[in-house]
Amino acid sequence: MTLDWLFAAPAERRLLGVRPLRGPTPWVIAIMCFSMLIVAAAGLALAGTAGMVAKGVESRFSLQIPGGNGNLEATLQRVRSTPGVSNAEAVPESEMRKTLERWLGPAGATADLPIPALINFDARPGTDLGAMERRLASAAPGSRVIAQRESLAPLLRSLRALQWIALTLVLMLAGASAAAVVLAARGALDTHRFTIEVMHGIGATDIQVTRLFQRKIAVDALAGSIAGAAAGALVLLALAAGSSFAGELTGGATLSGADLLILALIPFALTALATFVGRAAVLAALREAL
Amino acid sequence: MLRDLDFRLGKGGFYFLTGPSGAGKTSLLKLLYLAQRPTRGRIQLFGEELSGAPRDALPQFRRRIGVVFQDFRLIRHLSAFDNVALPLRIAGASEQETEGPVREMLAWVGLADRASARPPTLSGGEQQRVAIARAVINRPELLVADEPTGNVDADMARRLLHLFTSLNQLGTTVIVATHDIGLISATPGAQMIRLENGTMLDPTGGLKNPPPRTPGSEK
Repeated sequence: MTLDWLFAAPAERRLLGVRPLRGPTPWVIAIMCFSMLIVAAAGLALAGTAGMVAKGVESRFSLQIPGGNGNLEATLQRVRSTPGVSNAEAVPESEMRKTLERWLGPAGATADLPIPALINFDARPGTDLGAMERRLASAAPGSRVIAQRESLAPLLRSLRALQWIALTLVLMLAGASAAAVVLAARGALDTHRFTIEVMHGIGATDIQVTRLFQRKIAVDALAGSIAGAAAGALVLLALAAGSSFAGELTGGATLSGADLLILALIPFALTALATFVGRAAVLAALREAL
Repeated sequence: MLRDLDFRLGKGGFYFLTGPSGAGKTSLLKLLYLAQRPTRGRIQLFGEELSGAPRDALPQFRRRIGVVFQDFRLIRHLSAFDNVALPLRIAGASEQETEGPVREMLAWVGLADRASARPPTLSGGEQQRVAIARAVINRPELLVADEPTGNVDADMARRLLHLFTSLNQLGTTVIVATHDIGLISATPGAQMIRLENGTMLDPTGGLKNPPPRTPGSEK
């Protein structure tokens, strides 16, 4: 589709008798674009967080040894010497008790509460996990290898669900924007019905009439989108600058370059959607006349 | 409602459409300038059957028709210049191609100094002249006028009639709905169609001097 319709002669621009950026359309689009940007940024940040967490625990395992750490150092050496294992570290008991204290209160920190010894380690890609698990079990009788990705699976599922919710919200906002544009286009057609009838009577085609409205919708949508995106960008910058909500929103994950590109495309995608929907609505309405 | 109409307009002819109010003159004109489709029957224009033509095909035929509406139908927010220029611009003329003919036409209807005036600031007669200028600016093959002299003085009516006859001599088929007997009598050679109650008053003699059926004639 060529864009010559966007650059009309002054005489053609005068035909509707209204200046661009009047009426509610730019405001509605601005609000929608702002909301889409914030929701999309949250969704992308969640995706980044989920990806980061998933990547972090993908090859991370824990060897849990019941009964404490009596022979922990020797077990740690056996783990380190096991083929396929890298970065094995024992989790200090004090750290585990501190964690338990958060859940159980002061009782979690008492020595009366038995806790297992824990060795975290990474498995190299391609390692036969079954063989490795058998070897480690013989090193520490009663021990159990736990894949951390299984422990964090519920959290990852929640993050993925939130991503889908964010995407659904963005799509719903886009749909609401399209509906608003359709209503605005129909209102504009009613307002300018006389001009349209005269133009049709003189021999104007539907495309010629549609161009007038399409241009106004495009200009309104672009202005609204840019304004909404600018406001959204300011809010995101403020959040990223360190407000407490920023941490909640991004979970410490930053938006990647690809994420920023997606966010930057939102106002233009919204403008294109509004223009396309507006054009279709006007053409459909014109076809109802002779 | 129109019924039992069967007539043929010769290419290059000059016709008056007369009859009492409510006789169906405006309805007949709407069929001629393709603002309505007939519920029954056929309309042939420029040698084409247009009663059932797809709507996408109609604009090209409408551009060959000039229409002077009874209520002027000027776009209120456009200047007289822009209203008159509209058919040329819709037909794709550039601003350079538009400027001269529009100025000339406005001068001809006596509105050269009102080119930038908007219709609400013009008198009824001035609006009528702008409407006529818009109808004839692109030298239509068929000119349809609905009471074109209803709001102008006798001198302007005579000048408008002269414009119509001049266009007619250049080959434009002209059909004028009017009650103005003076206008009819001042146009020797024009033919007359009389309507009453939606039909021709005398189907055999209503159209005086019917032209021969030649290819290209409008039915």
